[in-house]
Amino acid sequence: MKSIRVALGQVRPKLGDVHTNLAKLLEFVDRAAREGANLIVFPELALTGYLLRDLTYEVARKVTDDEIVALIAASVKIDILFSFVEETDAHHFYTSSLYASDGRVVHIHRKVYLPTYGLFEEGRHYARGKSIAAFDCTHHRAGIAICEDAWHPSVPYLLSVAGIDVLYIPSSGPGRALGSGSDSGSQLFWERLIRTYAQLFTCFVVFVNRVGFEDGLYFFGHSAVVGPDGELVGKIDTHEEDLQVFTLDLSLLRKERYRLPLLRDEDAHLTYRMLGNMLEEQR
Amino acid sequence: MMQIEQLVNKVNRALADQVAGTIPILVAFLRQEVEKAGFDHVVFGLSGGIDSAVVAYLAVAAFGRDRVHPLLMPYKTSSKASVADAKKVLDELGLPLVQFDITPQIDAYFAFQEDASALRRGNKMARERMSIIYDQSALLHALPLGTSNKTELLLGYGTQFGDLASALNPIGDLYKTQIRHLAKLLAVPTAIIEKPPSADLWQDQTDEGEFGFTYEEADAILHLLIDQRLAAAEVVALGFEGRMVENITWRIRQNQYKRRMPIIAKLSSRTVGVDFRYSRDWGM
Repeated sequence: MKSIRVALGQVRPKLGDVHTNLAKLLEFVDRAAREGANLIVFPELALTGYLLRDLTYEVARKVTDDEIVALIAASVKIDILFSFVEETDAHHFYTSSLYASDGRVVHIHRKVYLPTYGLFEEGRHYARGKSIAAFDCTHHRAGIAICEDAWHPSVPYLLSVAGIDVLYIPSSGPGRALGSGSDSGSQLFWERLIRTYAQLFTCFVVFVNRVGFEDGLYFFGHSAVVGPDGELVGKIDTHEEDLQVFTLDLSLLRKERYRLPLLRDEDAHLTYRMLGNMLEEQR
Repeated sequence: MMQIEQLVNKVNRALADQVAGTIPILVAFLRQEVEKAGFDHVVFGLSGGIDSAVVAYLAVAAFGRDRVHPLLMPYKTSSKASVADAKKVLDELGLPLVQFDITPQIDAYFAFQEDASALRRGNKMARERMSIIYDQSALLHALPLGTSNKTELLLGYGTQFGDLASALNPIGDLYKTQIRHLAKLLAVPTAIIEKPPSADLWQDQTDEGEFGFTYEEADAILHLLIDQRLAAAEVVALGFEGRMVENITWRIRQNQYKRRMPIIAKLSSRTVGVDFRYSRDWGM
């Protein structure tokens, strides 16, 4: 297959209401399937809402719990990338994104970088993910960075070295720091960031950001897909709930990587050696 | 001195620029937060001043005029011009006049306390008005909207459990000078935008007269202190008057209590407001 059709599920979750959110996600899966998508991507914590605080304890689910099983099962229709509060057998809580295909779990990414500053308090509630890995899924190789993960260039860098065609960024990004335009500072930053990553790592970037308000926080949506040339493939140009399907023409990867062979020339061994030396000296 | 004026203007212009994209956000905020709380109407006090006028325009944009309930609640000494300005807002937006004269209950309460200060009287009136808003909220099944701006919240220029009370406040993160800019974008009548802001607690009272500084100056200083995180000394070093900066930092600290829920003596392992931590939008 030369292209994949990705649905962006720009949803507005109900805070702490897993039951209602599950029904909405399943409905979006069906809609995306009807529109001919191969995959649907949902925002960070779309199953639970974002500003959970002590609700974390109540909405956390194991991968074997009913709601998670239901979403994994729905991936017989199309692939699903969804996000929830994952509880392990050891009762650690993670912000996780799970890629399911054909009724099975393909990959789970646990958010590594938990913002705990300003309006954020994730480090208070969640354990930190300890791994960054690429994975093979239907017709392409992918990596996941959940929201703040993508603000650390080491995450897309590592995924790039591991080899990815598509970087998925499920997010719950609140608008803040209003600027002079109609967009907030954080929204502008995201737009610049995904275009830069797509170009530097010569891959597709799929950014899916939630919408709605929680305690005055404004989640700005504007989910988008960027091609390996850094150009916008398409975006949902609103802060409203919406579903849109975009086609990722994977043959662009070949063209762009031939034209601009940044990945071929990247010396990961040099990076590894220098980083090792620097960290040793800092010890 | 010229230098300071230029700096104030520069900061005010930057703050005004930030307002450009806020209307769709504030309209969506009102609509979503009201509806998910299980309400479809809103109620608030309309004073004739710029803040409540802006809230009225935003509310009509969000809900249409049938679901917006502004209340006029004058006292016998309230400025006639304020009441007229409030009526102008109603006319412009096609909203009905609903008026409660608070004179009888205020006068009854103070009948045997003739020496009560203007501050006590003003606070009592503000709380009387909020008490009416909350009563009408139950009658109309309408959520009370706040009309306090960021300047007032930071300076503590409002009555706790009076005009500072509300369920939702669409304008609490906008400084007074930003509200003026927003009012222009919303086409609020010019006379309301341009008149000197007043709590209207006594004749010819103006906010700026009470403060001893202008809103332009206050907002520039607040923006530098709060948003830009400059130390007070750094703000003074830019050329602002030391006493003014000191007065503002003192007000911010002194009025912190008005911005918080009451403090509870912690005894158990989970205490409301301390480690019983849920968002207000829990389950919404």
